[in-house]
Amino acid sequence: MLRGHMPDGASNSPLSRMGAILTGPRPGFVSVLGLAVAGLVLLWLFVNAVQTPELFANVALIGLTNGAVFGLVALGYTLVYGILQLINFAHGDVFALSGLVGFTVLFSVFKVSADAASVMTVLAVLAALAITVPLFATINATIEFVAYRPLRHSPRLAALITAVGVSFIVQNIGLYFYDVRFRSASQLLPRDPVFELGDISYSWNKLIVLLITVPALIALTWFVRNTRQGKAMRAVAQDRDAAAMMGIDVNRTISVTFALAGSLAAIGGMLFLTQFNLRYDTGFELGLIAFTAAVLGGIGNLQGAVLGAMLIGFIQAFNEGLTWLSPGSDWTRSIVFGILIAILVFRPEGLLGERTPEGA
Amino acid sequence: MDAARGYWERIPARGWVLASVVAVLAFLYPSYAGSLAGLPAVGVYVPAVDSMVVMIVFTMMAVGLNVVVGYAGLLDLGYVAFYAAGAYTAAWLASQHFEQWTFHLGSAGLSPELPGIHLSLWLVLLVAGLFTAVTGILIGLPTLRLRGDYLAIVTLGFGEIIPQVVRNGDDIRGINFTGGSFGISPIDAPGFGETLSGAGLPVNYAQSFDRARLFYWTAVALLLFTVFCCVRLRDSRLGRAWIAIREDETAAAAMGVPLMRTKTWSYAIGAFFGGIAGAYYASFKSGAFPADFYFNISIFLLCMVILGGMGSVWGVILGGMILGWLNVEGLATIGSEIGLQDVPRYQFGIYGIIIVAMMLFRPTGLIPERRHKREMEEGVADTPLYDVSHGGGGQEGH
Repeated sequence: MLRGHMPDGASNSPLSRMGAILTGPRPGFVSVLGLAVAGLVLLWLFVNAVQTPELFANVALIGLTNGAVFGLVALGYTLVYGILQLINFAHGDVFALSGLVGFTVLFSVFKVSADAASVMTVLAVLAALAITVPLFATINATIEFVAYRPLRHSPRLAALITAVGVSFIVQNIGLYFYDVRFRSASQLLPRDPVFELGDISYSWNKLIVLLITVPALIALTWFVRNTRQGKAMRAVAQDRDAAAMMGIDVNRTISVTFALAGSLAAIGGMLFLTQFNLRYDTGFELGLIAFTAAVLGGIGNLQGAVLGAMLIGFIQAFNEGLTWLSPGSDWTRSIVFGILIAILVFRPEGLLGERTPEGA
Repeated sequence: MDAARGYWERIPARGWVLASVVAVLAFLYPSYAGSLAGLPAVGVYVPAVDSMVVMIVFTMMAVGLNVVVGYAGLLDLGYVAFYAAGAYTAAWLASQHFEQWTFHLGSAGLSPELPGIHLSLWLVLLVAGLFTAVTGILIGLPTLRLRGDYLAIVTLGFGEIIPQVVRNGDDIRGINFTGGSFGISPIDAPGFGETLSGAGLPVNYAQSFDRARLFYWTAVALLLFTVFCCVRLRDSRLGRAWIAIREDETAAAAMGVPLMRTKTWSYAIGAFFGGIAGAYYASFKSGAFPADFYFNISIFLLCMVILGGMGSVWGVILGGMILGWLNVEGLATIGSEIGLQDVPRYQFGIYGIIIVAMMLFRPTGLIPERRHKREMEEGVADTPLYDVSHGGGGQEGH
């Protein structure tokens, strides 16, 4: 929990809300509508699971992997929003650029050959992370220093517009150095199955994503909860003036937040590179998906961002992978943005967040 | 210098005098564009009449966007949706797309047996404007309760959904609405038909030898209409309400400004002009293609507004013409003049730099709106970026 405190854990949990809806005297129209939609989605999933159980399980495993990658990017949005109330549009493009730079590090600096995956190639990916993570932590903090910090006394929209501008600049840096071709490092992680159950298989390359993501998330949570710097972040997120009066270096704390977001984006970029194709403009759409995930979970809320990212990952995978009545990949973008709009309009505090006047 | 300035200040309605001079010069542009292009050194940078049409249409959209962003202070990152709505209205009402029906109403210079719906393009422009305004209201009603950045994201979402719906709309329950990724073409051109051709008016622009000039003059007329409406609206009761909301929403509500209605009007009116411009551009290009409606266009238009000066109509026209020119011809010409053919490829990076530079160094734009300038210089009632969790205009205290 980065922003504020939970007013009362019990009364705010989704389950008790649902209970209140079921027992309360006058259920809100929106809550009923939301439950109805959720019910239909669950029914659709259930029918699919019964009809094609193997496909369903495989698709769910894909969704888990995608969700983990989205989560790394979504955390970057949520960290920055939590502390500045700024939607850092450039974040998705920083993510994409980090993947492209990771490609260079792997194939031009380390000269990894992409023929076969081995222990060495997995180690190379980890070593490349050791380069891109600090690099993009610095780049992200620099972006804040150059583009956002001078605008601290301007209206909030000024910074948002600037963020859009920075997004295009970062994207074009990627275009300049990497042209329009897609890059991929999908051969570097072994694709041998971890387990096979009939037609259901789970390969190592997917597991490695989780093996990198989960420790990163635990480390982040530990950092924000238990370290002095993390405490400072939470303090600045709650009240910048009061934090400054208590002797917290606000500028430094904000820089650290951007650096953290940049490192997570760099991990995400590398993992994306090992799973999918990536080019200079991939970050725009993926950034919006990740932002949707952050909003879905409750922006400013770390656990919420991961939960939202997992849900979006599953939704995307189910939509594109299932056969019975699924709209297919032509509609993924519309579905994700439809969710974004519905959440912002009906429940702007997200699944785990608290109400802010943005939606009031 | 001061004497000249003092003399100028004494002229009554000098703003309109200046505007009329600019308008007359604009109307005469095709007659001296050729001689300008013949000038040494700068001649290559003079845009062709054809390019001017595109520049003016985009400027018109920017002026419409300025109503939403500049007057009412609502950041709209999905304006391209209105452009798309206008373009497809023109494609539905003035092409052979629905060939199962044959319906003509005032269509100019076309055979009455031509299948499809063919309304007079003047009527289509009006219908496109109204249809897009309704779209704007429909998008606005659920979302305008949101403030600031959330609204920006929701509009962005609509701006992303609508092109995808258009792209996938070629097979909705077996009916082809939008022609899918191939779009709809050709689209009829405007014209005055046989009956009015006696008065020297062209029958149909597309069949005329003067096609580019006719489209150009009409575009200038549409832009003048837009500018006139926007200036008059700005000085109306509604316009003052928009500016009040932009400056301090809470105070405006306390003074009795109905927030939702006023904001919805700004959406509807901004959308109206976007729709007309979109329909006219579709007619000029003789096609509506989904590939034209991507997020970057919204940012391109926003960049025009920011460069010119949010809320300042004259500034937005200047910004729109500069960026429109860069987009259509300028970057390519500059690139080939300095020997870098790649320049147009990085146009959005260049626009990004313009946006950031303007926000950092001259946030009020090239021709600042007076009130907005004062606001920027003297501080604002809006919550500043780094100011968190206070009462008042922004975040709620816990």
